[in-house]
Amino acid sequence: MTELTLTRNLRDPDGFYSNLMAVHEGLSKPESDALNARLILILANHIGDETVLARALHTAAQSARVADRAGS
Amino acid sequence: MTKIFDRALYPYARHPDQDANAPVRHKVVIIGAGPVGLAAAIDLAQRGVPVLVLDENDRVSHGSRAICFAKRTLEILDRLGCGDVTTDTGVTWDHGRVFFGEREIFSFNLLPEDGHKRPAFINLQQYYIEQFLVERAQALAAEGAPLEIRGRNRVEAVGAHSDHVRLEIETPEGPYALHADWLIACDGANSPTRRMMGMDFVGRVFEDNFLIADVVMDADFPTERWFWFDPPFNRGQSALLHKQPDNVWRIDLQLGWDIDREAEKAPERVIPRLKAMLGEDVDFSLEWVSIYTFQCRRMERFRHGRVIFAGDAAHQVSPFGARGANSGLQDVDNLCWKLARVIAGQSPERLLDSYDWERVYGADENILNSTRSTEFITPKSETSRLFRDAVLDLAEHHAFARPMVNSGRLSVPCIYDDGPLNGPDCDALPPRTRPGAPAPDAPAPDAPLDNGWLLDQLGRGFTLLAIGADPPEGLHEIDPALTVLVTTRDKAPVLADRFAGPAPSALYLIRPDQHICARWSQASAADVASALARASGLKHGASHD
Repeated sequence: MTELTLTRNLRDPDGFYSNLMAVHEGLSKPESDALNARLILILANHIGDETVLARALHTAAQSARVADRAGS
Repeated sequence: MTKIFDRALYPYARHPDQDANAPVRHKVVIIGAGPVGLAAAIDLAQRGVPVLVLDENDRVSHGSRAICFAKRTLEILDRLGCGDVTTDTGVTWDHGRVFFGEREIFSFNLLPEDGHKRPAFINLQQYYIEQFLVERAQALAAEGAPLEIRGRNRVEAVGAHSDHVRLEIETPEGPYALHADWLIACDGANSPTRRMMGMDFVGRVFEDNFLIADVVMDADFPTERWFWFDPPFNRGQSALLHKQPDNVWRIDLQLGWDIDREAEKAPERVIPRLKAMLGEDVDFSLEWVSIYTFQCRRMERFRHGRVIFAGDAAHQVSPFGARGANSGLQDVDNLCWKLARVIAGQSPERLLDSYDWERVYGADENILNSTRSTEFITPKSETSRLFRDAVLDLAEHHAFARPMVNSGRLSVPCIYDDGPLNGPDCDALPPRTRPGAPAPDAPAPDAPLDNGWLLDQLGRGFTLLAIGADPPEGLHEIDPALTVLVTTRDKAPVLADRFAGPAPSALYLIRPDQHICARWSQASAADVASALARASGLKHGASHD
């Protein structure tokens, strides 16, 4: 599996989003940043496929540039 | 107590060359009697090449400097005749601990593989290595080997010509000049030779200062490598504690960029720092204190006609990973057999270009690894520190994060994949012994020596190793100097496992520097002859640009 999934893959997107918000609740900005960093590392290890990870890094970096250009 | 570095080991003595009417011509001149220059001199002299070492000093270097010597270095020192004394004097270690803030987050064992003559690492002060190399060089000279070290001979000018190099040398009794067929510059990171020849030395500067203190103390810390990220005694920075022989301990403290370097070196600043780390009631004395910054950089090419650069003169890395002196010794290992063949007329000069290709490749690998370690140890942005700390926090609880903790990726020998001297590979044989790799050691119980080791059996020239197969007929006609070793799985099971894996038979052609150049499951004399020609530079391989 070397394709990065960019179509819907979560059965309950609202549930995941709400869980993500919940673990950040009450945290300071530095605490939240640290949690996000740990989360990225945990997920990266779980994915384990370096091609997928490289595509995810690229997609994340590209999306930011598109958003910046759109002024959002 | 008089330390070894307080004694003149090769004092200045007037030489007839200084009174000659015209510059005397030498085969090989080496500038610098550090570990790299001395090892090169020994290697060449053992091959019968006359060699002269010029050093601006007359004694081993002051302070511990390089302390961590890898297995491959010990194997090279075995070949040079001082592996035993180095290993026996050094401290063998394989455990490490990593601390983050107040907590120990994990410990590791290098888990060295059994069935090797030498351990994964020893710690030993650089002045010991230099002393052993000087003693070995002097013993060789006493036996009549063509090796000479001239102390307090400082090279002031280098003139590179197409067929020789001219050297202007300053001594306590005035100047003289020499000519050399070949010059090897082993004069360190600030190489005067490189500067005199106007060569670039570009790379990346890391804006950080580190305090090195070698302290003598009777402490009951175990023989382990301890590394701290953000310790309470050096907030926001890193620290390292490592044991050397004679109760000397290496302490390395990151200090940051904006400091007063002279003030930080003063004992009244150093001692409180060390007490904060070691405890108020630990008695210690300072043997050596230094503050260093570092760069990761290399010359674009290491060979410039008849001038060849080796060691720190050619490339420089951060100290994390013990890749300085260890890679310098690998330079020597790679260069000397090639230069000896060229001087003897057995190989064309272009064989030396493979030194350039292989050791530039090695330097790039070392620079990559040490740059990555440096980025992890000394994060330079808020985000890099965020992720670095996240890795450390996770490492305390989860195994997956521990391999990401980078407190230095310790030196392993370079594998010259796709190197210009590599010959045929054989897919049926194990990956670790592919062409370009250093031959792994293995017990060789049927060797002429009882319970011997493979690496000790390899020849001064090329070696053909045959496992479970007869070597082809007629090898002696191809290369009279070829060493042929024949064994079987029954006699040497570990060796067969490392070199043949599950395959029933294997034949390996091994270079004089113990790197593998070609391998087959079955081979004819013509196959071996072809690979030998390629590895000797007699036949062009694929181009490498």
